[in-house]
Amino acid sequence: MSPAFLNFIEIVLNGLMAGIMYSLVALGFVLIFKASGIFNFAQGVMALFAALTLVGLQTGQVPFSHLINAIFGTELHHWGSGLHTVLAILFTMALMILLAWVIERVVLKHLVNQEPIILFMATIGLAYFLEGFGDLMWGSDVKVLDVGLPSGGSLWWEDVTRTWVTEGSEYWGMYIDRLDVAATSVAVILVVGLSAFSQYTATGRALRAVADDHQAAMSVGISLRTIWVIVWSIAGFVALVAGIMWGSKSGVQFSLSLIALKALPVLILGGFTSIPGAIVGGLIIGVGEKLAEAYVGPLVGGAIENWFAYMLALAFLLVRPQGLFGDRIIERI
Amino acid sequence: MSIKKLVIAGAMAIMMGGAPALADMVFPSLSYRTGPYGPNGIPFADGYADYFTLLNERDGGIGGVKLKVIECETAYNTEKGVECYESTKGEGALVYQPLSTGITYQLIPKATADGIPVLSSGYGRTSAANGKVFEWIFNFPAAYWDGASIAVNHIMDVEGGDINGKKISLVYHNSAYGKEPIRTLEELAKKHGFTFTAIPVDHPGQEQKSQWLQIRRDRPDYVLMWGWGVMNSVAIQEAANIRFPMDHFIGVWWSGSENDVLPAGDGANGYKSLALHGTGIDYPLYADMKKYVIDAGKGAGDGSHAGEVLYSRGVYSAVLAAEAARKAQEISGKKDITSADMRDGLEALEITSARLAEIGLPDFGAEFKATCANHGGSGLGKVQQWDASAKKWNLITDWIASDRELIQALVEEDSAAYAAENNITPRDCN
Repeated sequence: MSPAFLNFIEIVLNGLMAGIMYSLVALGFVLIFKASGIFNFAQGVMALFAALTLVGLQTGQVPFSHLINAIFGTELHHWGSGLHTVLAILFTMALMILLAWVIERVVLKHLVNQEPIILFMATIGLAYFLEGFGDLMWGSDVKVLDVGLPSGGSLWWEDVTRTWVTEGSEYWGMYIDRLDVAATSVAVILVVGLSAFSQYTATGRALRAVADDHQAAMSVGISLRTIWVIVWSIAGFVALVAGIMWGSKSGVQFSLSLIALKALPVLILGGFTSIPGAIVGGLIIGVGEKLAEAYVGPLVGGAIENWFAYMLALAFLLVRPQGLFGDRIIERI
Repeated sequence: MSIKKLVIAGAMAIMMGGAPALADMVFPSLSYRTGPYGPNGIPFADGYADYFTLLNERDGGIGGVKLKVIECETAYNTEKGVECYESTKGEGALVYQPLSTGITYQLIPKATADGIPVLSSGYGRTSAANGKVFEWIFNFPAAYWDGASIAVNHIMDVEGGDINGKKISLVYHNSAYGKEPIRTLEELAKKHGFTFTAIPVDHPGQEQKSQWLQIRRDRPDYVLMWGWGVMNSVAIQEAANIRFPMDHFIGVWWSGSENDVLPAGDGANGYKSLALHGTGIDYPLYADMKKYVIDAGKGAGDGSHAGEVLYSRGVYSAVLAAEAARKAQEISGKKDITSADMRDGLEALEITSARLAEIGLPDFGAEFKATCANHGGSGLGKVQQWDASAKKWNLITDWIASDRELIQALVEEDSAAYAAENNITPRDCN
């Protein structure tokens, strides 16, 4: 194979894996939108908050230490060497469940039957609150997140692919980031797990019932409020996974909340109500933007992948307004 | 009380009542403690405020006049930065240091019209170094074009003086800031015979796979970086991932803080960046800072950033402003200076090694002397290298001069274009 063709394959593969990273964020949006019709603006900040909490617990940071020190004049910073990674993940998950419960009690409960735009605006408020709360709780320093995931290019894959090139050509082998491979594996497990959960468990079926029709679900005794807590908890878990993957790449810092911007074109393309849609949408966006950057970018000055992703999603929108896998909304007048 | 004492007491009361109270010198701080760039904005803002607090607490201000820092949060957003400028300029602001090239660009015409100087040390519009056109704007001790040239000169030093045929790529933040060095690097490429490629990264720079795949394919000999915020740490991580030799990866002084290298762990070892000043707390000034500010609970933060690169940058920026204020008092012969006096102080500012030592920062920054025509300083910079095991930056060169001949021509050209666009008649500085 020619180096140019191998480069093309490399870009496609890396695009697919970048797309999976976007899908991890998009999944959280889909879960909440499916169950409650709420577009959760705070999903990106939830990923940030989860990652901040995980690092804080791992490193033994005292929560709210700046506040405590300022009020009481103490010098508290760390309570010890921190928790083992597994324990830290479990405690973080527990906090995300608690957060889901608080959100339901404090915000959602009071907004039942309100217009979707009101609920959307409530999540904007939630995003700002959570960002400030995360800052107050864990500080705004850039934090190093290490949960033992591999990183760096795969040497084995480079060696294998180096032999594929036409003899006499100069080729360095194909690059694949091992962290992206890990993220892809986790995403596959996550999607299979979520699908199995919604298909084969009573709670999962209740979630789908609520997603189909709130009123009908309530009429057969399903508690809407319990379902909301469950679904926000699952979205919190997905946010934690996304936070771990993205935080491992760049360190945990407040720009992490902006990963939500990467999920939006995925949602537009895949549909707001489909888990497979979030995955397929992510893959299409990932490959599309990487190919565009590599082959169109140099012609127009580069850095086109951000807006190209939105343009691609909008092009799909013209053909399928509900997204590739979204439910078609029919309103009878 | 005797009549004599009564008369003296009365006279003193009249004299004291009649003496005008000295107003504080106001130094607005357009800071960003929130948002995606907050981790960089916080140490800078802390260092900037803490130095003025130190002068107040230790020396009683400058020339007996207390100093007041008014912070206004910009979140590194240009519109908010302009709002902050508008809301603070009436407080008696002496000089603005916006820590944002975007905000600086917006403030250049406004501050010029309002008669308030802007000091953008190491950032902003490079051609503002031409004081004949930019009467109110200063960017000493060095600007981006100096940075580009210093980086190339360092590469030449490493390569034994010849970089003909080498490939140098620039990974840059796709903004006014990131684009600043491109023209200079294009000119330097022509002069020294290297191949130059510019690779943009969109804000915020969390995802850079495409850019680093391109670098991996192109195999440049050196990569330069003009990044900020998360873009820096992701770029360094990606460079480590593709096993790019880190000692051939050189960032500008805004891509060389602890925040940029720590997330990549050992992978960042050997990464280089330009430096405008020293780092660490091994300077006599920091002992005073600890005694009078941090331990006294008067710091802008908790003191944990003291000695870090961006905290030191904040301190250095405050030192330049304070020294200019001191100079302004000297020139005007009055303690209560105005922004116009401050401009004169900035234009007459001379930083010498002896003065830096007096301040408690020996060998911290380069010597320079501003003049009517030269608002850009000496254009000197050092190179620092990250030691991942010690988690420490080490300065590895002495001061490196930029290619002043080439840069001065570019400055003249760009500032002449600005003057023509804005109907400015350049001042006569002879």
